[in-house]
Amino acid sequence: MSTHSISKGCFVFKPPSKKRRVRQETASNSTERKNDSEDTELRFASCQSLWAQIKLETEKIQENLNKQLLDNLVSFLRRSHSEFQEKTTEWSCQMKSREIPTAALVLGVNVTDHDMTFKSLSEVLQDDITPYVALLEAKDCPGIKNLMQKLMGQLMNCCIDIDEDSFEDDSHVQVSQNKIRCSMTSLINWYKSVMKKTDSETTRKKRNSSSRHWQSPPVVVIFKDMESFTTKVLQDFIVISSHHIHELPLALIFGIATSPMIIHSLLPHSVSSLLCIELFQSLSCKEHLSTIIDKLLLTAWCPFKLGEKVLKVLINIFLYHDFSVQNFIKGFQLCIVEHFYSQPLSVLCCELVDAKKRVNTLSHNQCENIRRLPSFRRYVESQVSENQIALLTSDSFLKEVTQKLLEDLQLYHENYVSVLRCLHVFTSSLPKYPLGKQIRELHCACLENQVWETEEYESSLQLARMLNKSDLVTMLQQCVEIFVSSSGKEFDKTVEKLKEFLTQFQELEAEAFEEDVSVSSEKELQKKTDLYHLQKTLLELKESRRSKKLTKFEMLRFEVVDYIDSLVRNYLVPADHKTLYEVVYFNTASVLRGHLNAAPRTALHTALNNPYCYLKNQALKSDGGSISNKAPDICIAYKLHLECGRLINLVDWLECPF
Amino acid sequence: MSQPEGKVSGALEVKFVPDEAVLSHIADDADPVGNGSGVSGGEVYSFQTPKCSSKMAELASELAQTPGQSVAADHFKCPEKTAKTPQSSKRSGSNKVQQRSKKKEFLSTTPYRLRKRLAAPDSCLESESEYSASCSEEDDEEDQKEVSTVLSGQKTPAKATAAATSPPRNALAKKIKEEKMSSLVEEYFEAHSSSKVLTSNRTLQKLQTRRLNQKTLHDLLKKAPLAYAAEMKKLSQQHESLFSKWMLQLHLGFNIILYGLGSKRDLLEKFRTSVLQDSAHLVVNGYFPSITVRSILNSITEEVLDHIGSFRSPLGQLEFIHKRFKEDASLELYVLIHNLDSQMLRGERSQQILAQLSSLPGVYLIASIDHINAPLMWDQAKLRLYNWLWYETTTFNPYVEETSYENSLLGQQSGSLALSSLTHVLRSLTLNARGIFRLLARYQLENKDNTSYPGLSFQDFYQQCREAFLVNSDLTLRAQLTEFRDHKLIRTKRGADGVEYLFIPVDDSTLTDFLEKEDEDV
Repeated sequence: MSTHSISKGCFVFKPPSKKRRVRQETASNSTERKNDSEDTELRFASCQSLWAQIKLETEKIQENLNKQLLDNLVSFLRRSHSEFQEKTTEWSCQMKSREIPTAALVLGVNVTDHDMTFKSLSEVLQDDITPYVALLEAKDCPGIKNLMQKLMGQLMNCCIDIDEDSFEDDSHVQVSQNKIRCSMTSLINWYKSVMKKTDSETTRKKRNSSSRHWQSPPVVVIFKDMESFTTKVLQDFIVISSHHIHELPLALIFGIATSPMIIHSLLPHSVSSLLCIELFQSLSCKEHLSTIIDKLLLTAWCPFKLGEKVLKVLINIFLYHDFSVQNFIKGFQLCIVEHFYSQPLSVLCCELVDAKKRVNTLSHNQCENIRRLPSFRRYVESQVSENQIALLTSDSFLKEVTQKLLEDLQLYHENYVSVLRCLHVFTSSLPKYPLGKQIRELHCACLENQVWETEEYESSLQLARMLNKSDLVTMLQQCVEIFVSSSGKEFDKTVEKLKEFLTQFQELEAEAFEEDVSVSSEKELQKKTDLYHLQKTLLELKESRRSKKLTKFEMLRFEVVDYIDSLVRNYLVPADHKTLYEVVYFNTASVLRGHLNAAPRTALHTALNNPYCYLKNQALKSDGGSISNKAPDICIAYKLHLECGRLINLVDWLECPF
Repeated sequence: MSQPEGKVSGALEVKFVPDEAVLSHIADDADPVGNGSGVSGGEVYSFQTPKCSSKMAELASELAQTPGQSVAADHFKCPEKTAKTPQSSKRSGSNKVQQRSKKKEFLSTTPYRLRKRLAAPDSCLESESEYSASCSEEDDEEDQKEVSTVLSGQKTPAKATAAATSPPRNALAKKIKEEKMSSLVEEYFEAHSSSKVLTSNRTLQKLQTRRLNQKTLHDLLKKAPLAYAAEMKKLSQQHESLFSKWMLQLHLGFNIILYGLGSKRDLLEKFRTSVLQDSAHLVVNGYFPSITVRSILNSITEEVLDHIGSFRSPLGQLEFIHKRFKEDASLELYVLIHNLDSQMLRGERSQQILAQLSSLPGVYLIASIDHINAPLMWDQAKLRLYNWLWYETTTFNPYVEETSYENSLLGQQSGSLALSSLTHVLRSLTLNARGIFRLLARYQLENKDNTSYPGLSFQDFYQQCREAFLVNSDLTLRAQLTEFRDHKLIRTKRGADGVEYLFIPVDDSTLTDFLEKEDEDV
């Protein structure tokens, strides 16, 4: 059947027999088609499991980050309607209760990340505060009517969900929402009826244990994107609901992307005075990203690693395009997929125990793949000749070696992370941050090339040699903590050494105190001399200071810095110097950039301006800006249009083209 | 620049300005734009450098000077071109020259300005350049000869400039080159600063050759050989090797978007026929002129989900689809949209709905875009929903299907249909009735330049018809007009003063053609 018609724009095709297949199957099938012999299924499975694990982890991280914010919000909502709870009738209270308690939630410009926050927020609210939570989005509410409709729909649905457990026969609640006239009064009536029901229920059932909610839980309305609501709708809603606030305990939550000032610019004073606003600030997206990188990339548990270029691309997209952590994670997911799809050896990219098992079952083809890896070739060349032959001919020997190498790689990662953190402790407090403020910058620098050969590293060491004692001591203490908590076993000696440094510093302190006293007494002696002598002694002092050998503290400081330097040289070798790094590192940044941060304009322009880029025909090869007259018509037309678009008469053009 | 100056002014006996003075003047005057012009604007946007524009202009002027050659060199010629009457081709050639002469104007302006700055007391030269300036403002209907004389007069300095660069006075030549560069820049801005657009005023209506109808045009275009077919095939093979990857990524929750020059319809069709044969899929031709989001959603609910009944709003419909896909996890649907950025789908609301649709777990979307600004349709929220993976698929294929709903300038427009229906209807009417219609048509044509022409009022019309002995009472005229109205030949509307105005809802050119034909018949 063709998909061309002059009367129709949509064409549906259904498979003749309704074969219902599991989605996973088709997905793995599609990978299988390409290269069969290379454990595609296994790769797909490990890709999936890895992604699931990472997804879980990121969600956990997000939850933890939002915990503080959510706790604050919950306590605010609890507080807000305590008066309503007590059903006070005092005049002042009534006046006050004209105001709607409102939480202004400043979330930042990364709008795409907000969904997660709101999802967890509404879950928490439904668990702890009230079953009546409505999430409104601007795109659903072009008018106050739609807003009310949406609001009531959400509220009544959720109430039905709750009631289903206790009432078998909930026919009279389940009125079709289309028939209800959507107004505040009907909402209040609904609320009252629900309250009555729960009241009677609780009295009947003597307060069953599951009711964590209060007697009359507030109705929470969340405006996800406050800026994009029409001001009229918001104003109307606020004014109307403020009139009914003593009948319906309403609480609002505004999601704000820009700044809290927007409330006042959107709402006139008469309306905003009806709100009792409290401000809540969520964690900035940059911190969020740092945490994600910290917990996801700089850990040993995740077998998959990002190469330097790829990481830079992802961070650049984050910093220069959207500030969206979700998009960062999406990019990460794409990296995983690409890696497992394109690298046949990625089958070994899993937990070390599994990887060792998998090595044993590798096919001959896969062994050949290992031998083809550039890093492995380098390794082979460094071996003695017998070993070389064995590596290249015997599969079983290769497998043994591979297991060992994988182990080394794992060990390298464990050590790498701890030393990197340690180095970061030092560099992050230096003035001007020669190696970057964030650990991710340091990580990139270390991945890129041997970090100790860079100028920045040199200058940061220089600066570190000038640190004062208290800073140095705290840093060393931090380093000790890092090494103690790290999983690497090699660091026992390092910890010992660092502790030794610390004790030496403490000893120094005591000595220095004594020294100080002696110096001051010396100075006192000098006071008595005349001006000439004073000058002389000062000059001498200056001389001596210049040639003076270093104090003990300085010696120790040098020692410490040198020790750190040796650690760095030992452990922060760039990953691509390691054998078999290709198995776990994904480094084709161009693919990633093409897929995530495409430039359709440039592509179009290149195609039109320089068709040789795509059509590899010698006739099209051109120099500089000119275009050969053999280029496709469209290219020539485009060129002409660019150069003298205003001078083109279509008739002339069509009649005598070019 | 100084050399031609010297030559020309020498011939015309004016004060000779020493070269050094001119050069120093030029050095002073080298504007920052001129200096900046040497820096190329990157590989991609290299067209912005004036260097190429000069090349193009030179090329064009060469062609213009030898119209015959340009015809011979033209290898993209449509077959009907060769059948063109010699008269028309000559005319076009001369027109070219005229146009080029305009281009020359820009060349001539710079020396003119330079001269002014030098303040040479050169009245003769002044007048000449003034004359050429005035010429540029005049219409194209100007006499051929005059133009050519001006041209030849201007050609000398232009050629001399070209010659000036060749002598081995290196330092001077270099400076001259610089000056030439900056003058080109100036020229560019001058060409773009004047609000008057200088194109010839020829239109398709004036063309003598008959225009082809849609079908013959199509057939002719089909016969034209596709250039670089082999390379294009290689390109598409490259893209086809990605099919399995697409499938994998679609299943992992990404959606795929294709961009790049050339029609991507064939590629998507191939994807559909080779990979999607066994699964339910929906093809949407975004370029279809009356496609709506509604129709897309309808075909999903009605044909894929077998749901009978209508929905009040697209949002409700979307919710229903969402629910169905949630209930049945094995349900999956591939949606292929050709030209997601088409006129009908690019609206904010349609994009929102499509984005929401694409974010459903069982719906896999592959779409193509062609507009250069298409990515501006989406904000962050929509991008998040779409979850695009971008693929560059430049194919260089002609957009045949996509543009099949458009009318070509080369072909006859829908006006032809109106003309034939006009003649057919009128042929079946009485002689008087035809006279009445002709009268109205003439009147309308007489007033065609009057933009506020409301139509012919009924009273005036009646009067005129009476005078021409076409009707005898206003009842007969009314009866006649009803007949016309039934055939949609005329339309009436009430003016502000309540008077009924009559007019023919056909464009002027068709009406002229019609009258000519009628005159032939009569």
